[in-house]
Amino acid sequence: MPFLEIINIVKKFDKQIALSDISVEIEKGELVCILGPSGCGKTTLLRIIAGLETANSGQIFIDGVDATFLPAAKRNFGIVFQSYALFPNMTVIGNVLFGLRQKKWMAKSDMHTKACEALRLVDLFEHKDKFPRQLSGGMQQRTALARAVALSPSFLLLDEPLSALDAKVRQKLRGEIRAIQRSLGITTVMVTHDQEEALTMADRIVVMNNAVVEQIGTPREIYNHPTNPFVANFIGTMNFYQHDGQTCAIRPENIVITNRKSHYDFAAHVKALEFKGPMTRVHGTLPDMSEVCMDISSEAASEMRLNENGTVFLKMPQENLINYANTAV
Amino acid sequence: MNSSIRRWFSRFRFWQFVVLVAVLLAFTVILVFPLFSLFSKAFLNNAGEFAGFDNYSKYFSTPSLSASIKNTLDIALWSTLFSGVLGFLYAFALARTRIRWKTFFKYTAMIPIFIPTVVHALGLVYMFGRQGVLTRAGLFPFELYGRLGIIISEAIFTFPQAFLMFFVALEFADGRLYEAADSMGASPLEKLTRITLPEIKYTIINAFFVCFTLAFTDFGAPKVIGGSFNVLATDIYKQVAGQFNFNMGAVVGTLLLIPALASFTVDRLVSSKNSGTISAKATKLMIAKSIKRDAFFFCLCSLVTAFFLFLIAMLFVGGLSEHYPYNLSLTLKNFLFNRSAGGVDSYFNSLKMAFLSAAFGTAFVFVYAYMMEKINGFGALRKYGKLLSVLPLALPGMVIGISFIFFFNDRGNPLNFIYGTIAILVVSNILHYFSVPFFTASGCLKKLDKEYESVASSMNVPQWKTFLRVSVPLSLPAILEIFMYLFVNAMVTVSAVVFLYNAKFKIAAVAIIHMEEAGNFGQAAAMSLLILAINVLVRILYEAAIKIIKEKRL
Ligand SMILES: Nc1ncnc2c1ncn2[C@@H]1O[C@H](COP(=O)(O)OP(=O)(O)OP(=O)(O)O)[C@@H](O)[C@H]1O
Ligand SMILES: [Mg+2]
Repeated sequence: MPFLEIINIVKKFDKQIALSDISVEIEKGELVCILGPSGCGKTTLLRIIAGLETANSGQIFIDGVDATFLPAAKRNFGIVFQSYALFPNMTVIGNVLFGLRQKKWMAKSDMHTKACEALRLVDLFEHKDKFPRQLSGGMQQRTALARAVALSPSFLLLDEPLSALDAKVRQKLRGEIRAIQRSLGITTVMVTHDQEEALTMADRIVVMNNAVVEQIGTPREIYNHPTNPFVANFIGTMNFYQHDGQTCAIRPENIVITNRKSHYDFAAHVKALEFKGPMTRVHGTLPDMSEVCMDISSEAASEMRLNENGTVFLKMPQENLINYANTAV
Repeated sequence: MNSSIRRWFSRFRFWQFVVLVAVLLAFTVILVFPLFSLFSKAFLNNAGEFAGFDNYSKYFSTPSLSASIKNTLDIALWSTLFSGVLGFLYAFALARTRIRWKTFFKYTAMIPIFIPTVVHALGLVYMFGRQGVLTRAGLFPFELYGRLGIIISEAIFTFPQAFLMFFVALEFADGRLYEAADSMGASPLEKLTRITLPEIKYTIINAFFVCFTLAFTDFGAPKVIGGSFNVLATDIYKQVAGQFNFNMGAVVGTLLLIPALASFTVDRLVSSKNSGTISAKATKLMIAKSIKRDAFFFCLCSLVTAFFLFLIAMLFVGGLSEHYPYNLSLTLKNFLFNRSAGGVDSYFNSLKMAFLSAAFGTAFVFVYAYMMEKINGFGALRKYGKLLSVLPLALPGMVIGISFIFFFNDRGNPLNFIYGTIAILVVSNILHYFSVPFFTASGCLKKLDKEYESVASSMNVPQWKTFLRVSVPLSLPAILEIFMYLFVNAMVTVSAVVFLYNAKFKIAAVAIIHMEEAGNFGQAAAMSLLILAINVLVRILYEAAIKIIKEKRL
């Protein structure tokens, strides 16, 4: 039985529909990313799971119990917001203790032990007496995480936890959050609009767009077998072209490029070469003038003496082609 | 249970609802109900029968009464003109020139805020009255009592308001506009009329209405210095406190509401078009060097400041001398106030009243603002609450005073017991000065992260605890500002409380009026000094506290 069951959730704000009939199942211990463009309803869904917002219809089950009408305080989750919402008038440990102090039956020393444990987990124990404003962005983020896990919640909700950080710190924290999540084995729902974050961290990804779920699957499934053009386009780069009245799609790295004229599917005009270190991205146009881009190793590119305004021959391997019914992309 | 009912219940926060209803109910009782009594009185005759517009036609057909309207318009217009122009120039000097001593000038501009309007009038008497220093020196050959005195007093009273509004508006300037104008060779006058004035045109309108309304409805200055020159505020007092003609008093009360209503209407019309906020790309204005300009504005600021300081100095002279102007030897005997005017007790009564008004008022305003800003749902109730929150801006103290009499002095009212106690004074002050602190509080709460409550509720922390442990400490500067504002205003106010104080519980600002009426100018000046002292002290404590908080947070 799934740990979190979200069944046919509908949420309207005034007349605008923020969520239309969303259903997702989340297994115990997995990290699920909700991924989608801005305004598609990710935060709203998270807040409904948290009980901070009430759906217009639909149900939420937590660990098999109907939690649809349960207030947030009774749902036993930890939450981290994009802004972290650390209490600036309390120290790091004060922030963590704020929730623990609610547990009236707990001895004071136990609360302290628990708080310290949580801070050690995120490697902030030495900084426990500092105030949030004395911490770097990454440390603030970890404080928020420590505060969220200190109460041993049964699941964790993260709303774009890394988006306020710069790229380097973000990379590092991705790994750390994932490691902590694994070591605690805690079911986690994380909202993000960063596809790389979703692909690297998630067990499964829920792709949303315009208030609906477009696809649910493992990162590999989502990347290799996007079930519709939106997902294909939103995650990674995808080439689309028309063939036999069908829309075909193929990833840049799956297109085979040669100089030789034999056995090719298309001739393409090279518009620009983009050197990316180990890889080189080739931007070109197909005879029907549609855009195409291809990734080849930089080594191969120099061997082939590719140059701008030249012509190359492309092969689209059948096993990597995805066909969609003829829809506009 | 039906699912949609359960959904409603799961969203329903019982304690939020209780607190919200409680504050709204309290505010309705002290704001809406008394106003309702006022209006109903205006349309009843003395026997309590419905009289339609009879009271109004009687009012307008009594020449001595209807002349007051003309008088009031007259003095309000002139004083607004003076304080508006001076306030603008003064603000311009501080915001757009390179003169020295800006901080000093900024504080001296606030002097009038710290003393009751009756004291402005008193200071004027010392300067320009029949025995005034300047009159005796032959420098003021005019009659102060009457129209002229009121106009000058109201101009002093409204100057800080005009100055502050213009200062805020002028401080923000889009430097790009001025650079562009410079590159086209525009003259300073062209820059003023083509850029500066259009940029602040809404402030001009607002400042006009604020000052006009204050001058139109002020009671203290006309009472002390008006002589036989009648205005609406003194009429209302005579009708109610002198002749017990409540219905006529109510009629005048409704007339006092007119400028504020006009200002609301204009504000609505104007603000719907006013989206000319400064864009994010605005650059800071570089103030060019200009010795001539700075010299002019420095002289202007010095003159205004000198005038205020002179006025305060006269209070010292009057308060500390044996018998001005005949015997100027130093004495403290004026501080032994006559018992008939309330004695020194009236000062302690005022302190007590101001402290209670500030303490209860701050708590009430802050909780009210919190309920408007930090809870979800209850849309209709919160809309009603927001509507009420701006209404006190339109209510002159005189109107609050008489409507409180009408409402609370009614034997049938279960709240009748607060009539004649300190409680009604405190309540009237909280109502009178509600709106500005409310804007301060809600502005501050809006800036707090809106997820604090979400995080806390995820940790099962009750909202009242988050309120006390997070929202209140983080809003401490705003809370102190509100406290100070309420305290200072409660110390200086006359208009509402003049109807409501009890003979056994006199208060200082009213005592000053009585001392002046009895010709005890020395004591009046001494009492004014005591009020000034406590207000300046409170202000200093406030500034010190803010400084400590800021240092701790850096
Ligand atoms: N309290 C609210 N009142 C009215 N509309 C809202 C409210 N909250 C969200 N919306 C609307 O619902 C839609 C979904 O909002 P939501 O915040 O869930 O988007 P999101 O996917 O989290 O976007 P982002 O990536 O920008 O955070 C948006 O169009 C938003 O304008
Ligand atoms: Mg969001």
